[in-house]
Amino acid sequence: MVDRQAMPLQDPKERAHNFNEVALGYSGEQALAEASRCLECKSPKCVEGCPVNIDIPGFISCIKKEDFDGAIDTIKLTNTLPAVCGRVCPQEVQCELHCILAKKGEPVAIGRLERFCADYEREKGVTPPVRTTSSGKKVAVIGAGPAGLTAAADLAKAGHAVTMFESLHDTGGVLTYGIPEFRLPKAIVRDEVEYIKQLGVDVKVDYVIGKIKTLDELREDFDAVFLGTGAGLPKFMGIEGENLNGVYSANEFLTRVNLMKAYLFPDYDTPIKRGKHVIVVGGGNVAMDAARSALRLGADEVSIVYRRSEDELPARKEEVENAKEEGIVFRLLTNPTRILEGENMTVNGVECIRMELGEPDESGRRSPVPIEGSEHVVDADVVVIAIGTSPNPMIFSGSEGLETNSRGTIIVDDSGKTSLANVYAGGDAVTGAATVISAMGAGKIAAQAINEYLSN
Amino acid sequence: MPYTIIEKKEIASSVHMMKILAPDVAKAAKAGQFIIVRIDETSERVPLTIADFDATEGTVTIIFQEMGKTTKQLAKMAASDELQDFVGPLGTPADVRELGTVILVGGGVGIAPVYPQAKAYSEAGNKVISVIGARNESLLILEDEMRAASDELHVATDDGSKGHHGFVTDVVKNILDSGEKIARVVVIGPPILMRVAAGMLEPYGVETLVSLNPIMIDGTGMCGGCRVSVGGETKFACVDGPEFDAHKVDFNLLMSRLALYRNEESKCLDNHNHKCTCKGDN
Repeated sequence: MVDRQAMPLQDPKERAHNFNEVALGYSGEQALAEASRCLECKSPKCVEGCPVNIDIPGFISCIKKEDFDGAIDTIKLTNTLPAVCGRVCPQEVQCELHCILAKKGEPVAIGRLERFCADYEREKGVTPPVRTTSSGKKVAVIGAGPAGLTAAADLAKAGHAVTMFESLHDTGGVLTYGIPEFRLPKAIVRDEVEYIKQLGVDVKVDYVIGKIKTLDELREDFDAVFLGTGAGLPKFMGIEGENLNGVYSANEFLTRVNLMKAYLFPDYDTPIKRGKHVIVVGGGNVAMDAARSALRLGADEVSIVYRRSEDELPARKEEVENAKEEGIVFRLLTNPTRILEGENMTVNGVECIRMELGEPDESGRRSPVPIEGSEHVVDADVVVIAIGTSPNPMIFSGSEGLETNSRGTIIVDDSGKTSLANVYAGGDAVTGAATVISAMGAGKIAAQAINEYLSN
Repeated sequence: MPYTIIEKKEIASSVHMMKILAPDVAKAAKAGQFIIVRIDETSERVPLTIADFDATEGTVTIIFQEMGKTTKQLAKMAASDELQDFVGPLGTPADVRELGTVILVGGGVGIAPVYPQAKAYSEAGNKVISVIGARNESLLILEDEMRAASDELHVATDDGSKGHHGFVTDVVKNILDSGEKIARVVVIGPPILMRVAAGMLEPYGVETLVSLNPIMIDGTGMCGGCRVSVGGETKFACVDGPEFDAHKVDFNLLMSRLALYRNEESKCLDNHNHKCTCKGDN
């Protein structure tokens, strides 16, 4: 058997200074070689690991026959955003984790093959979908992120008239404002959304539910409502100096860069502070995205400050590797204690303390404990706080009876149904900050439940 | 989904009024709320307070002063031109209810957001005493409208070209010193005016509200760029405000954060002016 095919990447020295996509994608030959590794198991475990149940052996078998059209058609039966998923899904903990080859060696690179098929179709020109006959039912989808887009697509395919409401001026949710161009080109997001529009979904941007209309009003106007409002509210640490100029939430930093294109300033009007010494607090994918963006904006040094050790970094291994290759410094077992003030309320360094790992906490991870007297100052003029987000409560104004838990997330049953009769929810609004694909999976499950509800 | 400009005029030197067709926003708007405008693909998202709204006509009125690149670009637009994005109504509506006698203070373009509040406080059954001011008479806006919406109107100009020679805060102080029972004072204007007013009013023990205008992007609580410190707690002006207790606001932090991009703003404006010269008058 051939080895797992490596993903061709842009050279780290070059890519650290541009926003072009880092992973370049398989060539046809590489795709064929990688596909040849798939054993096409009779009861494929990989499919069980996929939140949207792609027929993985099915599409890989098409690739083997060089039937790339058949491959993408197979993927699209259950996944509306293949070009996105092939790029940002954490396959190593999903499909690829369950691949039989992973037991003895390296799993089939399922994600890279998915991306190959999606890119093949994009290059060739996507065939517009055939519209289904109308069911006569109306569904509102709130939020045009991964959960909403998936639910909207499936509902439109079932013949319902879907209206999608988005508060920002562009669609895609976190795919647009959060994930940077170098990891997920915005042209790809736009094309995937275009496909969903072609299914008949009516997209209304600049439309803030909770302000223009309440959920209660929408429940009157539509037969069912899906809430995919995400976890958009940034968390701060509550340490001294967090409101100084030059301290950003990861949401703000990434929104300026991605949605508002601050990296193209002054051709685009939105500015961003281009720090020389940037500290990003946190260890998830969002922290990696912020750190790598700061580097591309011209920083001399960018550090990730994370309170646990490398083993606990929640970011994808691949992204950690990419970040290291580009020269991001990892200050592990380190936690900020305060942000120091310079002239005119700007940032002038961050005081940090070293940590050691103690007993495991509820999450099973060993909890970090500060080492007394180990305080030290790290040089910084820009600080990005990437320690997570919580659901945006805006949707809850005028939503009588919608139950949430103490963390502010919406309570749903297994089918995504909320405490309100015709209201369903999924994605980060339900789980708190998680992955794109888990949100898509939730959108899919809820769409099916809405379908069943509407046919009764 | 573009939004058409229905009417546009310069109501004072470098101060413009623009009426925009945005029926959904107009229907839902309340006094104290704001909108975010994005002119075109490369523009910033700029928060502007709502100066008026008409649900029947489906229009929202904004008033802005030419400051940076975006407001200068906006000032060049005319009726029938279109804005790419117009999002709102955002923010929590002003806490308008029947209190007795209230003083509403507007400084400069801050008079614009005070106007819908004057109407709302009046409708709620209050006696409305309005105090409006500007640097000079030619910069004073909405005088007739404010007179119509108030029980009493006082005018102040820094140079004395109209009304009281001095600041709006002097006039408010005189009213309070006259002994009239005042239930609340609302002050909207430049941060420095709001800070001075808050300081002047503190010893009177009168409830004082201000409306803050920090830098923001989304206006829905997502970016946290608009964070302000109120009573030692961090608040997001876009969702927790924009109205806050004046006596608890850290105005120095607000002013310092507002100045964050001053260099970038002038660079952006230079770039814009340069392009205009290169491309001819466009």
